[in-house]
Amino acid sequence: MTSGRVPIAVLGACSALVLLVVVAFAVGRFPVSASDLAGILWARLTGAEHGLDPTIETVVVQIRGPRVAAALLIGAALAAAGAAYQNMFRNPLVSPDILGVSAGAAVGAVLGIFLSLNVIMIQSLAFAFGLGAVGLVYVTANAVRGHDPLLVLVLAGVVVGSLLGACVALMKYLADPYNQLPAITFWLLGSLASASPEDVWSTLPLMLVGLVPMWLLRWRINLLSLDDEEARALGVETGRIRLIVIAAATLMTSAAVAISGVIGWIGLVIPHFARLLVGPDFSRLLPTSILLGAGFLLGVDTLARTVARIEIPLGVLTAFVGTPLFLWQLATARRGWQ
Amino acid sequence: MRLEARGLDFGYRGKRVGSDLSIAVEAGEVLCLLGPNGSGKTTLFKTLLGLLPAQGGAVLIDGVELKARARDEVARMVSYVPQAHAAFFPFTVEEVVLMGRTAHLGLFSSPSRRDREAALAAISRMQIGHLAGSIYTRISGGERQLTLIARALAQDARVIVMDEPTANLDFGNQVRVLQHIQSLAQSGIGVLLSTHDPDHAFICAHRVAMLHEGHLARLGAPAATVTSDSLREIYGVEVAVVRVALGDGVERPVCIPGGALPGGQS
Repeated sequence: MTSGRVPIAVLGACSALVLLVVVAFAVGRFPVSASDLAGILWARLTGAEHGLDPTIETVVVQIRGPRVAAALLIGAALAAAGAAYQNMFRNPLVSPDILGVSAGAAVGAVLGIFLSLNVIMIQSLAFAFGLGAVGLVYVTANAVRGHDPLLVLVLAGVVVGSLLGACVALMKYLADPYNQLPAITFWLLGSLASASPEDVWSTLPLMLVGLVPMWLLRWRINLLSLDDEEARALGVETGRIRLIVIAAATLMTSAAVAISGVIGWIGLVIPHFARLLVGPDFSRLLPTSILLGAGFLLGVDTLARTVARIEIPLGVLTAFVGTPLFLWQLATARRGWQ
Repeated sequence: MRLEARGLDFGYRGKRVGSDLSIAVEAGEVLCLLGPNGSGKTTLFKTLLGLLPAQGGAVLIDGVELKARARDEVARMVSYVPQAHAAFFPFTVEEVVLMGRTAHLGLFSSPSRRDREAALAAISRMQIGHLAGSIYTRISGGERQLTLIARALAQDARVIVMDEPTANLDFGNQVRVLQHIQSLAQSGIGVLLSTHDPDHAFICAHRVAMLHEGHLARLGAPAATVTSDSLREIYGVEVAVVRVALGDGVERPVCIPGGALPGGQS
């Protein structure tokens, strides 16, 4: 990978992201022009009067602002977690779902809806169950010895994931079909429609807590993609580093799932594309994945709320957009990994 | 620098592969390990590197038990060249070699300019400078083996353990790797390697150890150790070992299989 390509790719991704943000603010049932947006931002920063319709300010600050911020944050988190999982499991087809994170968080949220708890409790449950699922997978994998530890971990993730899927199915079956079932279904499909400023502010620190160790350990994460014994012979305490990175990636994924519901594909497709652009070195892969993930989810969410008269569920749209992208990528170039 | 096994029992929990083995490799020496498939060569190497726990006895580096040392401290003293393998992600040859510097970095550090220079020096020493920017997953098996040796060099350890460094290489690359091993020893690095070809011991080793069913069957200078008798004992085949004149009064033993085939040729 030539060093000259990196700044160009990152620069391109950055400017595309800024453009997307402006578009995301502009479009919708209540159009907001770029100059109105700039005026409100300027007024917010300086405290001056913008002299615009207060409705515009409400739309920008209360409705679209949190939604845009949540899309950027969740897209970035899912892509960063996906990049870390893929490096760690030496497999470009791995995603945050592999350790049962998403399934665990889904069980937590569905349980919260089923018990008619309030929103904060639902989010906490999603988060707790996401971490719990990973813990269960990790303990299960450690109990099985004498096999490739990575393979066992992935298999344990699949098994625990399907058990959790059965739990979700059971609660859907038992749920009140008029109030609870639609809420559960809606949440499982993923949406940012109800993202509030509080959601954004409560999630941001969790994301940072996950991101900081990932960035600090970026060189050692490269070595986790080697054979376990090889990495240890090179001086890396693989067990400890892997545990830290798994905890960080899981924290980011559960925090994201807790406010948006289940949104698949981003953690799988985005790191793959990032690797094509800047190569596998995690110190470039991580920032690139974050930029692309944030842009991708913002773009998809903007489509979700504008292309049809009703909102299209995000999980459905990311699958519709992600699948062909991924298949095209798989068919045209395998240089992302082999 | 001295890497030593003292009364070492090695294997896995519940499955002992070898026992009571004592062997040592010094800096500047090439020690060649011969043994049939399943004799425990790789398990022994992994135990010597601390990748598997010793089941009994001890592994010592300069007289201090390996398990008393931190992982990165061990890596600064002993490096490992696994069999050339497929990698999972398309790192460049330079990046792969740079990974050898990890034991010299702080937990949160990335390689510095000096680490890059050390990696490039190791690459040029293995004469693969033209590959530095190539993708590791797309170069040949021989080039990968040289890259992995360069990575071990960049690790800057005084003893290198190589697991069958000539396996799956064509004839030219085998000779090239053996010559590199000789020149590493001349520069003061100790090399412990395993091989399936006893002739390789004659080409590059100072001493030979023969492993048979987990026990050290023979240990000594190549010409005195690799003989018809010892090869029959550990491999169960008839081999003639003859001395061949290489000119200028230099002679080297060569193994010729089929010295006395069951069919009766002799």
